Amino acid sequence: MANKKPGVAFHDTPEQAAQLQAIIEAHKNEKGALMPVLQKAQDVYGYLPIEVQTTIAEGLEIPLEEVYGVVTFYAQFSLYPKGQYKISVCLGTACYVKGSGDIYDRLQQVLGISGGECTPDGKFSLEACRCIGACGLAPVMTINEDVYGKITPDDVKDILAKYA
Amino acid sequence: MYRSHVLVCGGTGCTSSGSQQIIDTLESELKKNGLENEVKVVKTGCFGLCALGPIMIVYPEGCFYSEVKVGDIPEIVSEHLLKGRIVKRLLYSETVSSESTDVKSLNETQFYAKQHRVALRNCGVINPENIEEYIGMDGYQALGKVLTEMTPEQVIQCIKDSGLRGRGGGGFPTGVKWSFAAANQADQKYVACNADEGDPGAFMDRSILEGDPHVLIEAMAIAGYAIGASEGYVYVRAEYPIAVRRLQIAIDQAREYGLLGKDIFGTGFNFDLFIRLGAGAFVCGEETALMTSIEGHRGEPRPRPPFPAVKGLFGKPTVLNNVETYANVPQIILKGADWFASMGTEKSKGTKVFAVGGKIKNTGLVEVPMGTTLREIIEEIGGGIPGGKKFKAAQTGGPSGGCIPAHLIDTPIDYDNLIAIGSMMGSGGLIVMDEDTCMVDIAKFFLEFTVDESCGKCTPCRVGTKRLYEMLDKITRGTATLEDLDKMEELCYYIKQNSLCGLGQTAPNPVLSTLRYFRDEYLAHIVDKRCPAGVCKHLMQVTILADKCKGCTLCARTCPVGAIEGSVKVPHVVNQDKCIKCGACIEKCKFGAIIKK
Repeated sequence: MANKKPGVAFHDTPEQAAQLQAIIEAHKNEKGALMPVLQKAQDVYGYLPIEVQTTIAEGLEIPLEEVYGVVTFYAQFSLYPKGQYKISVCLGTACYVKGSGDIYDRLQQVLGISGGECTPDGKFSLEACRCIGACGLAPVMTINEDVYGKITPDDVKDILAKYA
Repeated sequence: MYRSHVLVCGGTGCTSSGSQQIIDTLESELKKNGLENEVKVVKTGCFGLCALGPIMIVYPEGCFYSEVKVGDIPEIVSEHLLKGRIVKRLLYSETVSSESTDVKSLNETQFYAKQHRVALRNCGVINPENIEEYIGMDGYQALGKVLTEMTPEQVIQCIKDSGLRGRGGGGFPTGVKWSFAAANQADQKYVACNADEGDPGAFMDRSILEGDPHVLIEAMAIAGYAIGASEGYVYVRAEYPIAVRRLQIAIDQAREYGLLGKDIFGTGFNFDLFIRLGAGAFVCGEETALMTSIEGHRGEPRPRPPFPAVKGLFGKPTVLNNVETYANVPQIILKGADWFASMGTEKSKGTKVFAVGGKIKNTGLVEVPMGTTLREIIEEIGGGIPGGKKFKAAQTGGPSGGCIPAHLIDTPIDYDNLIAIGSMMGSGGLIVMDEDTCMVDIAKFFLEFTVDESCGKCTPCRVGTKRLYEMLDKITRGTATLEDLDKMEELCYYIKQNSLCGLGQTAPNPVLSTLRYFRDEYLAHIVDKRCPAGVCKHLMQVTILADKCKGCTLCARTCPVGAIEGSVKVPHVVNQDKCIKCGACIEKCKFGAIIKK
């Protein structure tokens, strides 16, 4: 698995468990409920460990292997926790022809991780994404909700420093 | 009554460059100056000229301020809004007239002059979060007209006569699609919308959702009436949070106004709409995969027939169109099929929105009549290529499309012409490339994308695209032979003929079209071991210029593989057998003595 961060045990708080139950209850009788439930569950936990998938499978009465099949099919779902700051570099066509590949390379170099990984301190995770639609600002990267446009590889260090 | 309206773009492009902070600052500055009851701030959708964001227009003067910063706001408020003196330095340069002190209308600028906005007509004009502004622009009149004056058959005939074809890529006649679904009897039918805009570099559907969400609701209700469906689903990318939020607001408002739900306009027609979020799978843009995904499964396509018009969502007859296609529908109903059919070319009617990006001055959204040439879009509307570089190719159709070379720049763009020259319309992404773009590298870039996004269900696509990628990789490394090139071409045709869905069937197009027009570049990589554009890393050499090198040894100490040789105060030399072309030495050299080419 690309986005593996080994050695993190699953913990959930009673609040999270209650939220998950509420989500399952709200969608239980809906057609095609699995995707919305997984999306909301990931909002609660930040990722979808096997424990959460099991709860969802039981709650929606869907076989666990089917839940697992859906989770592993879509890029949005993660089996492992992400960093505190999620860095995404747009590798859509418009950004790519304007050099976002070099920015991605520089980030891997500076952070010492490959795409899809998380730094050992759990602070930054790095991934490539496909077009967030801010093509006018190409090349673009995002860190959580912050968008950085028209950047060069040399800007990378200064941008990361804001999150240190 | 307000004496001034300030429209600020709240699309994703401008939001990314800080338009929300600008709105907040603007509102607090207005308050500070006691103008909050005289000047109204409206957050609109996309104006199209994303390259110059954040964008702001002040009415009634029509001043187009571009690249506005938060720090500029106090000046705009105190000078323009309070004292009526336009802040000239912030005006979009093309709207500044040399003869008079008046600002020129946007419609006179190069970017907007040739555009004709149908699908985007309300984007950047109305506040998308207020249904009354949409109604003020004749919104929901078309729905009223079909429900009270037209039979479903008449609606379908009108769409057929207009010549509207699917804007998502395939170009299938929309009215014909509707008639298939209408002809099938079932207890339940569905209307669905593909807003899973996965083609990287295309963002017109997102802009419509963000700037004019009600047009989609109205059009889907019309489609529901035409085919006899009472429920609709919009499948939107989760990567578009602003679009999702505005669409939900719009749906809630439409329900509140009785424009969705039971007994619409008192005619007994019921229709309701639901949003489903995608989860980052390009293949879900394929219609059968999209519906499988809405049903809550892995988004894998299935063989057709049965087509969705017979067995679609939840096994029921379904009509699926993309956002831009729907956005044309209410206007066609109101202005008539003839009006729509009067625009465009013989077989491609109406307008098309292009997301113009890459190596071009005016990146953004452009809506032009079908049949407009690439030259008009790139050189006139797009403002040409920056830095005096030469135009090399335009890529259309995303990972399913191809590259159009410079000598075909005068081709009128429509569905059939693009297919004839080896590309396709796709959803309308148009990426401009200049002499610094390597066509082999671009083909490899798209194949990397399809390898990543292939769902794995059928072998030609799952294995074939991977092998194709490896062959391209070999070429960019300079280790391929001419025999590999022949094999690669053969594999392309094999994948096209044997893949299950559109993703695989079109995946080799970027390779085939670059082979067709840029074979010399492939040969340069294979035979001469050279990348003419200077992009492919493995084919470049790092060399030290003897006349500039001072022999400081810094590069030799930096090199991670010990490829630089030489002694103190003597020019150094790169051992090409060891060099991995990482470029670390180039960064460290204080004398600019190391180059890569």
